[in-house]
Amino acid sequence: MARFNLNINGTQREVEADPSTPLLWVLRDHLKLVGTKYGCGIAVCGSCNVHLNGTVVRSCSLPVSTVGNQEITTIEGLSENGDHPVQKAWLEEDVPQCGYCQPGQIMTAAALLKQNPNPSDTDIEMAMNGNICRCGTYVRIKKAVKRAAENQSEA
Amino acid sequence: MTLVKTKIGRRAFIRNSGLAGGGLVLGFSWLASCKDEAAVKATLAMPDEWFEINGFLKIGDNGVVTVMSPNPEIGQNVKTAMPMIVADELDTDWDNVIVEQAPLNTDIFTRQLAGGSQSIRQGWNGLRMAGATARTMLKEAAAAAWQVPVAEIITAAGVLSHEASGNSAGYGEMASAAAALEVPEEVKFKDIEEFTIIGTDRKNVDGKAIVTGKPLFGLDVQKEGMLIAMIVHPPAFGMTFKSADVESVKTMPGIKDAFPIVVYPEGAERQWSDGGAIPEMVAIVGENTWQCLQAKKSLKASWEAPDKLESTSDHESGLAELLAKAPEQPARRDGNPEKVFAGAAKVIESTYSAPYLAHNCMEPMNFYAHVTPDKAELLGPTQTPEFLENTLASVLEMPKEKIDIMMTRMGGGFGRRLYSTFAVEAAMISKKMQAPVKLVYTREDDMSQGTYRPSYMVKYRAALDEEGNLVAWHVRAAGTNDGRVFENRFPAGALDNFLAESHMMPTQVTTGAWRAPLSNFMAGAENAFLDEVAEAAGKDPIDFRLELFDRAINNPVGDPEKNDYDPVRYAGVLKLVREKANWDAGAPDGKGRGVSAYYCHNSYVAQVLDLQMEGNEPRIDKVWCAVDCGIVINPLSARNQIEGGIVDGIGHVTYSALTFQNGKPEQTNFDRYRLIRHAEAPKEIETFFVDNGIDPTGLGEPSLPPISGALANAMYQATGTRYYHQPFVGSQQDRRILG
Repeated sequence: MARFNLNINGTQREVEADPSTPLLWVLRDHLKLVGTKYGCGIAVCGSCNVHLNGTVVRSCSLPVSTVGNQEITTIEGLSENGDHPVQKAWLEEDVPQCGYCQPGQIMTAAALLKQNPNPSDTDIEMAMNGNICRCGTYVRIKKAVKRAAENQSEA
Repeated sequence: MTLVKTKIGRRAFIRNSGLAGGGLVLGFSWLASCKDEAAVKATLAMPDEWFEINGFLKIGDNGVVTVMSPNPEIGQNVKTAMPMIVADELDTDWDNVIVEQAPLNTDIFTRQLAGGSQSIRQGWNGLRMAGATARTMLKEAAAAAWQVPVAEIITAAGVLSHEASGNSAGYGEMASAAAALEVPEEVKFKDIEEFTIIGTDRKNVDGKAIVTGKPLFGLDVQKEGMLIAMIVHPPAFGMTFKSADVESVKTMPGIKDAFPIVVYPEGAERQWSDGGAIPEMVAIVGENTWQCLQAKKSLKASWEAPDKLESTSDHESGLAELLAKAPEQPARRDGNPEKVFAGAAKVIESTYSAPYLAHNCMEPMNFYAHVTPDKAELLGPTQTPEFLENTLASVLEMPKEKIDIMMTRMGGGFGRRLYSTFAVEAAMISKKMQAPVKLVYTREDDMSQGTYRPSYMVKYRAALDEEGNLVAWHVRAAGTNDGRVFENRFPAGALDNFLAESHMMPTQVTTGAWRAPLSNFMAGAENAFLDEVAEAAGKDPIDFRLELFDRAINNPVGDPEKNDYDPVRYAGVLKLVREKANWDAGAPDGKGRGVSAYYCHNSYVAQVLDLQMEGNEPRIDKVWCAVDCGIVINPLSARNQIEGGIVDGIGHVTYSALTFQNGKPEQTNFDRYRLIRHAEAPKEIETFFVDNGIDPTGLGEPSLPPISGALANAMYQATGTRYYHQPFVGSQQDRRILG
């Protein structure tokens, strides 16, 4: 067991955990931030996506010992009132069915738009391709990403 | 208005009023973790007092209404749609409605089950009754207060008014008096034209909580003193538990205990919802998930194996052998098909097959359980809480009154959570530990301990006469653990000579309902075969089907009551999709276009699909989908269900398969089990609903089955090759590297 000081959603959080523990389980079990989801545990489904210094990472495969004081943003910290342009677009397009994969989808989309504010359809497909949605909401997700891009450019 | 006898039971009402303290609701007994009141309070002013009118709804003194959503929510969006029906008959403003998930309560609710696309169809009258009863009681309360005839009182958007006297009051003002009234003996339902909420686009009531990552799901449950539990189950179907070195993992960091556990003791009653149950396994209980995972990984266990463990090649050869022979009895036989086939000008024959599929809900199986000698409290994702309660009563030897079951929102269902054996495992582990536990399956547990979609094979034969008319039809189906053929579905009833036969191949691999059971395979095979027969007959595939429907409409074969479809509605969706897709103009240059239609789960669907091939993979430009499900409760989410079913259907038929080697699933995670991803989804899906005012039917399943037929037919148009065996593209070798 070791102590880690993590910078999560703009707050310093201290946790005691086995150094090999993936960030996903530190978030979910130790910090009770359960918005980040477990889907596969092997970095192929995207349900656990969070931002590390603004870049998307798979938290299920990132040992807590490697995080240091880098900035971690989870779905809970993406916006204060759930009004990030991507979250708003998701609601406007009524994207979710079961909703389980959507925090991961939203984190991926938010990182994409930060890097590429006006993505093409192909840009969206390539950026989002690592996020599985078992309910098949892909068509609405693409619409929502486009809408978020529009909302962002109007804001 | 339609006058109907009230069916909200006196017993339920009294019991519920008692619980509520004589009309005044002091607080529901629902487990608090499933409420999202904090989020609600931010947008809606909370009343000081709630008044319960019936088990479905309570009204606050300020007019805010809480509607209980009775059925499990697996992503089919009943949590929005079912309360919409109540609220419409109550005649309140949707913006004033809070929705809460109801727990299992068989005194108040009937059929609290998510399956068969039946929630809306079977809930329709009861939900209307709940709203209409409350509205009547509010009117009666107002009539008494104002001393005017109740018939003169009208309601609109949560307001009661009486024109002659000039009186008016919000529902909140009359809620206290209404809650004290007797339940009326009969109530009036609205006419369709009077609906103000049903038929309008309403957003998912949990949308905000979903996009902000609120703890909605079973896996998110956190409770005081809760431990994490994991299981180690036999690695292969057919194997059973022998022994395990539990002592060596007990000393690992954070591990509280490890033990073999009998989940279904001898003599415990098993029912269909216990399908796939493994009677004995190893449980590991610890402080957190990662510690349990480490212990699970290092556990050494041994298993008893039978003489023969099954592999996919066994299933395939077994099904093929069955298809080669006739069963003892046909499922349906009209006319003299054997004679007509023997004398036919042309016989077309094709065989189709499909592999096992795992459900792969994105949220792996899990359940919270706290079992003490006096009480069992369960919380988590189940599609069948009522059946789960029966099983728990048996294995825990506890009366049902002492068992509380609450459903969380579910990260997908697709039929997997009809079989809640994981909840039974959680309860037995909690009982042994004398502590609250949350059982968590890893993805590997989830995929390798399934109640899979069976593996299928079906052979179709069609006889054409000299003029190219279809004169006889023969279908022979075989499935692993599934021996059905839907003998009364189309084209039964449209052909004088018809033969339907089926075989079941018993296997060790456990199977169960998977989104649109059996239809998910038969619809595609049948529509691909119809396409092949239409081509052989020299007819347009839609004209060809419409001719058959004409026969079924004008002069049906056999008892029309027995034929399990309405040919007018079936033909209706085909005609609608023909028009909307501009079918007669044909596919644009370089593209393939296919059509398909199917009826299952009480709804009718027809689809046209355009694609182009990129190597051996289809790239789908557009799907047009015509749907007849009667009244559409919430078009916004109805379209979502249709779109999801289409993407899901395309994905599985193109890419997915679960194969076995000596009883072991060869795919245990998404690195080897291929699911459809963003870039492979259709670019566009357009849905059209038939507007006919017929009582509503469900949409969770019906759009999935036919799409594989439209896809296969479009791929044939683009490539000149017929696709008979699923998955069409398949294996992992040629999958693209993913980010």
